[in-house]
Amino acid sequence: MNGGPPIPRVIARILIPPMLLYALYVQFHGEYGPGGGFQAGAIAASAIILYGLVFGVSHAQRAVPPAVVIAGMPLGVLIYAGVGIATLALGDNYLAYGALNPDNPPGGQHLGIMLVELGVLVTVFSTMLTIFYAFTEGED
Amino acid sequence: MIELTHMPALVVVAPLMAAALCALIRHSRLCWWLATLTLTFSCVCIVVMGRAVFDGNVLSYAMGSWAPPIGIEYRVDALAAFMLGVVGFMALIVHLYGYRSVRAEIPQPLQGWYHAIYLLCTAGLLGMVITGDTFNAFVFMEIASLSAYTLIAMGKDRRALTAAFQYLILGTIGATFYVIGVGFLYLQTGTLNMTDLDTRLDGIMDHPGVLTGLGFLIAGLALKSALFPLHLWLPNAYAWAPSVSSALLAATATKVTLYLLIRFAYDIFDFDIALAQANWSFVLFVLSLAAITAGSLLAIAQDNVKRMLAYSSVAQIGYITFGIAVANLNSLTGALVHLANHALMKGALFMLLGGVMLRLGSVHLSHLAGIGRQMPWTMAGFVLAGASLLGVPGTVGFVSKWYLAVGALDAGHWSLVIVLMASSLIALAYMGRVIEMVYLRERPADAPTVTEAPPIMLAATWLVLAACIYFGLDTDLTAGLARAAADSIMDQPQ
Repeated sequence: MNGGPPIPRVIARILIPPMLLYALYVQFHGEYGPGGGFQAGAIAASAIILYGLVFGVSHAQRAVPPAVVIAGMPLGVLIYAGVGIATLALGDNYLAYGALNPDNPPGGQHLGIMLVELGVLVTVFSTMLTIFYAFTEGED
Repeated sequence: MIELTHMPALVVVAPLMAAALCALIRHSRLCWWLATLTLTFSCVCIVVMGRAVFDGNVLSYAMGSWAPPIGIEYRVDALAAFMLGVVGFMALIVHLYGYRSVRAEIPQPLQGWYHAIYLLCTAGLLGMVITGDTFNAFVFMEIASLSAYTLIAMGKDRRALTAAFQYLILGTIGATFYVIGVGFLYLQTGTLNMTDLDTRLDGIMDHPGVLTGLGFLIAGLALKSALFPLHLWLPNAYAWAPSVSSALLAATATKVTLYLLIRFAYDIFDFDIALAQANWSFVLFVLSLAAITAGSLLAIAQDNVKRMLAYSSVAQIGYITFGIAVANLNSLTGALVHLANHALMKGALFMLLGGVMLRLGSVHLSHLAGIGRQMPWTMAGFVLAGASLLGVPGTVGFVSKWYLAVGALDAGHWSLVIVLMASSLIALAYMGRVIEMVYLRERPADAPTVTEAPPIMLAATWLVLAACIYFGLDTDLTAGLARAAADSIMDQPQ
């Protein structure tokens, strides 16, 4: 732990867990209300960025290593596009989520949207952190 | 799984997923092979789809099984198939060519990324062509543009960074104008689907909101296609970019936005009927002539050969918009066939310069003195592609200029034929400068000896050059397809 004023550190410690939890809420509630993978990814990334700003980038990089975020960017795209390939393999059009559960198409749509939003979350989270790490390179 | 019905989706999804895979593995050689496989697959899809739509059929694909016009539609007609062919095949050949060039010009740790972004750019360009949804076209435009800025900036030449930044600012303004235009049309019609838009615009074509939207669309697309005087981003971007990026972007990027311009002007807005009122065709007409003249003249003044070719591209874009503005069947055929032909010859010229860059480390005119004897195949190719640029009979350049000239005569513009001839003469002047330098000057005694470009680069380039000759003699495929495509989108046959 580096020095510096204690107030931001105390507040960050209180705020970061609810921020991550809120990101998950926005992710999983996205199909009923405003929200979804993009917003959830941005909120989760801002929690890590706050951690990095207050406690130092090296701490943030220990929690979420740069190699992970660099792999995460294309991984999210692959999750999203992979869902499309799965629906193709199940005999429907690209990204026709209903095909994921032929007995209950609405259920398949729930599942499909959840999965592609997960892909969006992974890519947005990783991209924001990649940019943050790139800009803070050499500091700390 | 891989059958005709799903090909419209797969042709875009394959390079997109391969791009993500390349970004995961980031191994230069492995990524090159993966990209080769994927681009070949896309080209096979394009050929199969092209055969299916050649006789006037249309392939329509409902993304996510949401029926158009509500869902996003991918739509392949003769025009789209023609353009997909140009983008897909040029991307594949330039990629094969890049096997050596990328290793020489891109820093080692970035080579895997480079292949990933190359695939992403290709996916974006293919998507812009295949989509039947105006907003989806914007999304693909952003994918293609953002990856294009990166492709330009990834080389070792630091001047590319400012060039890419300039392109980023102007390109973003262009894309913003495009999406504002789409917004206006959505406001007036309530649809984003191109076919639906065409139907719903009937009768409200002269509504101020529609005309404003059209103005934004044309300005945005003109900026993205580098139509004079909105060409300022282009010369630096092409000149300082790595050779593979220059060849890909010169062959495809501006062409695809011109394709969108044609799509809007003819398919959606019935250019010949409605636009006459707004005088858009006149504006486009004047700008085209200015582009042809100014681009050619500026090309003469350049000492960097890549920059010279970039200014020549500004002039050639003028030819294409000229064909769009004259608005008859022959001129539109000329514009379309020139989209393909210019992709071939400018692609070949930039590929040849990539070989020079590899061996000589410079494409400055004064450094090229006397290399004609040391790089005979490269420079013979240069002469051939240059002849095509001038429009020598027997090359593709002649075919497109022929159609454009006949189109101008059909419309009663004698003076335009003179402009076309004059600009060919100016092209003779600037290409002649290079040819004089490489063949007639002595190689200075203290200049380093250079060797011929690597076989893989020469083979890929000569494949394109062979196409320049083949399609110049046998016009059935290119001009025939272009004629079929022009026919299908013109509402009033001549």
